[in-house]
Amino acid sequence: MATTLNINGKDETVEAAAGTPLLWVLRDHLKMTGTKFGCGIAQCGACTVHVDDTPTRACITPHDSLAGSKITTIEGVAGGAADAIRSTWIKNDVPQCGYCQSGQIMAATALLEENSNPSDDDIDAAMSGNICRCATYMSIRRAIKEAAKEL
Amino acid sequence: MFLHDIGIIPVGDKTQTPNSSGPKITNLTRRGFVVGSSLFVVGVALAGCSRYEEPKIDPDSLDLPAAGPSPLTNVKGGDATPALWIAIEEDGTVKITCHRSEMGQQVWTSMAQIVADELEADWDNVEIVQAIGHERYGDQNTDGSRSVRYNFHRLRLAGAAMKQMLVEAAAIYWKMDPSECEATLGKVGNSQNSDTLSYGNLAKIAAKLQVPEEAKVTLKDPKDWRYINKEIASLTVPKITRGEGTFGIDVDIPDMVYAVIARPPQLFGKTGAVRDEKALAVPGVMRTVKLPDASPPALFKALGGVAVIGSDTWAAIQGRNALEINWVDGPNAGYDSETFAEQMIQTAKRSGTVRRKRGDVAAGLSNASKRVEAEYYAPHLSQSPMEPPAATARWDGDKLECWACVQDPQATRQALSDLLEIDKENITVNATWLGGAFGRKSKPDFVVEAALIAKEVDRPVKVTWTREDEVRHGYYHSVSAQRLEAGLDEDGKCTSYLHRTVFPPIASTFSPGMDVPTDGEMGLGATDVPFNMPNLQVESGNAKGHLRIGWLRSVSNIYHAFAVQSFAAELAHVAGRDQKDYLLELIGDARTLDPGTEGATYPNYDASIEEYPIETARLSNVVNIASEMAKWGRTMPSGHGLGIAVHRSFLSYIATVVEVAVSPEGALTIPGIWLAVDAGTVINPRHTRAQMEGGTIYGLSNALFGEITAKNGAVVQDNFPSWRALRMGEAPRAFEVQIVKSNSAPAGVGEPATPPAAPALANAIFNATGHRIRKLPIIGASGSRLSLPAKETA
Repeated sequence: MATTLNINGKDETVEAAAGTPLLWVLRDHLKMTGTKFGCGIAQCGACTVHVDDTPTRACITPHDSLAGSKITTIEGVAGGAADAIRSTWIKNDVPQCGYCQSGQIMAATALLEENSNPSDDDIDAAMSGNICRCATYMSIRRAIKEAAKEL
Repeated sequence: MFLHDIGIIPVGDKTQTPNSSGPKITNLTRRGFVVGSSLFVVGVALAGCSRYEEPKIDPDSLDLPAAGPSPLTNVKGGDATPALWIAIEEDGTVKITCHRSEMGQQVWTSMAQIVADELEADWDNVEIVQAIGHERYGDQNTDGSRSVRYNFHRLRLAGAAMKQMLVEAAAIYWKMDPSECEATLGKVGNSQNSDTLSYGNLAKIAAKLQVPEEAKVTLKDPKDWRYINKEIASLTVPKITRGEGTFGIDVDIPDMVYAVIARPPQLFGKTGAVRDEKALAVPGVMRTVKLPDASPPALFKALGGVAVIGSDTWAAIQGRNALEINWVDGPNAGYDSETFAEQMIQTAKRSGTVRRKRGDVAAGLSNASKRVEAEYYAPHLSQSPMEPPAATARWDGDKLECWACVQDPQATRQALSDLLEIDKENITVNATWLGGAFGRKSKPDFVVEAALIAKEVDRPVKVTWTREDEVRHGYYHSVSAQRLEAGLDEDGKCTSYLHRTVFPPIASTFSPGMDVPTDGEMGLGATDVPFNMPNLQVESGNAKGHLRIGWLRSVSNIYHAFAVQSFAAELAHVAGRDQKDYLLELIGDARTLDPGTEGATYPNYDASIEEYPIETARLSNVVNIASEMAKWGRTMPSGHGLGIAVHRSFLSYIATVVEVAVSPEGALTIPGIWLAVDAGTVINPRHTRAQMEGGTIYGLSNALFGEITAKNGAVVQDNFPSWRALRMGEAPRAFEVQIVKSNSAPAGVGEPATPPAAPALANAIFNATGHRIRKLPIIGASGSRLSLPAKETA
């Protein structure tokens, strides 16, 4: 079944079985592997993308429910908040293995777009859906606060 | 295939067209050349342009001395031949081969820092080439926190030797003595004029020169280090922030299909009748493949079951859900972890095998004025890296090539050769980035699966483990029961100490029926206990493995440090003493220890005890530093407590202070953590701090929530949250790390922060609440608060 998706500002037509989650359409069909698989049940946040600017778990979102939506992935996320997050992520060497970091960056960018001066509690609330086994949590918290200052 | 075979290293490169019109300098006398060169400079200056233009050197125009084989193939740590590690391209790019696996410990960066520093490379020109699995690199098992320790010397040597060869190349060109030339940041200059020659220009000449012998290579004085021990930014992070870089699960090769596998719920369970009609009816499912049943020993074998092959991962997952399989019980069908725990606790109550002995513990205990006894239990754990295991294999009927997130590409190649009966020379293993590993990816069973399926389906195949697969079919951290007994004299001083530890050894995975804890595991926090009492005995008790048992970040140190450091605090409490002061007293005076002198067979992390002794002064030092950082002894608010633990592992010394806050309802938060580490020479303080944070939180996550249980031989947990990991909101708000400045030999940083985390936490909970934690996990997967055991009455 052909579905046209708008991903990072570009229309992409994909042939995938009805109900196939966006995650596997991105990774296996479009070879956009920046969005990661972690749990498949929206528990870890590794697959976070933005759908119409809202952080969304790609692993449980059927791709064919997204026609007409604006999908943004780690490969395409841009703008003031995304730039600030990327820059403080690099400045602080936030990632360790990096596997969860696409999801962390997408979640953190969405947080800053909503709230340009998040408190620790705001950060906890926005970021607790994203598991990091390397435990970069303290670095993430520092970098989000620095990014907020850069905005 | 060596690097020069694939054109990366310009050894003997004859493709360059000789520049016949260029100046022939080989016949110039040194004096003549210098004069000519000076005149040239003057001439250019008169023409009104003083800018130096580096000449393009034609290596074939030079008469180079004959070069013999490298004398650096067998130095401390292995082969330090520069060509094995360094390739310099004409544009000046310095390609450094990293033979260790990058899994977030920043080994790309640290290996490059070591080489580039001695090489005097310009950091901006450094690129990493990830090595395939091959014996020529020596040990590639990225495990045991030893990448720096094993390679520090030989990589310095390789960089320094390469630099000397570049300097010599410039000296030959300039007809000077090498002592008149000096390398700085990718260029060689000289003391006679301001000319410079860039590494890219000199590389082809240098590659033809004799590699110097070790005695003639001068390593930098540490005060001159440019990159080593500096906060150099990661080489991987910029890519990560753009979603670039290839993890094992990201590999994509032409014509590839996707597989997931339904595995028997029990280790060594068998696949009975299979009905796959419904699976094959799922859109995108192409076929199923039955894998051979596994039998002991587990090794790195595939576990059996049925693979579903699809045109994408989702189709394969859906197909697997639709399989109907009759699993047949195997020899572990009766395994129930709860029953087994009780058996292990009983074993720990009985005398065990003595593994280290000082004085007479039995007499000491019976003469003590006060006796203390405690039993500790810690469950199986899963490594659960965020990237589950994934491997891609391509079989062309003759050769096998694999791409996978493996910690040890050489062991992977060997396992593939052994288990698929393919000549090793026909197997190539490419290590990708690892999305975390923590020991799971040192076991290449998932690559074996991919290879088996690729041979069957005649197309390249990627096997992806779902999170459920990763949690249910792992190589688990061993379950353990321990008993400690101590005798105190009338002043509360500990005079006798008995530690008995019972756990199924990792060796059970490799040798069927093996149930005796090995010297290696005993040396991870049990036989190396640094306490200073007249009577000390360490014993082990046997336990059989019923799941695959494997390494997990810091291995047996986790349960041993939990028991030993909790018990130290229990003794302090009985003696009416401060935890920190009593801990320092247990450690005792500054001295070096060798458990081997007290009957232990102690591997010391494969390091010599002379080079890396157990130094109690370094333990006491980190205890004092961490206590000062935490302001130990300060007045705590109600419900708050500080706890401390110290542990030497992977040859590093770490003390951790944890502050907890426990509400009257039992809700627990961690306001702060203070950690002091002495890891000897540290390559990158920034990344060392990250490992201290990460290793500590990994330990806290396991201690608070981590537990793998089994019923009827099958693991009960399957995904987050039944297997629970610590999240952002549960992480400490403050985390301070201090690295002890040291010129000692480098030790490990990836693992040693994990062991002291759990006992520091348990000791803090005791100080906050009076409740002593002796059984892990503290909260569990489904809990939201402390389930407090009976109030401490001792």
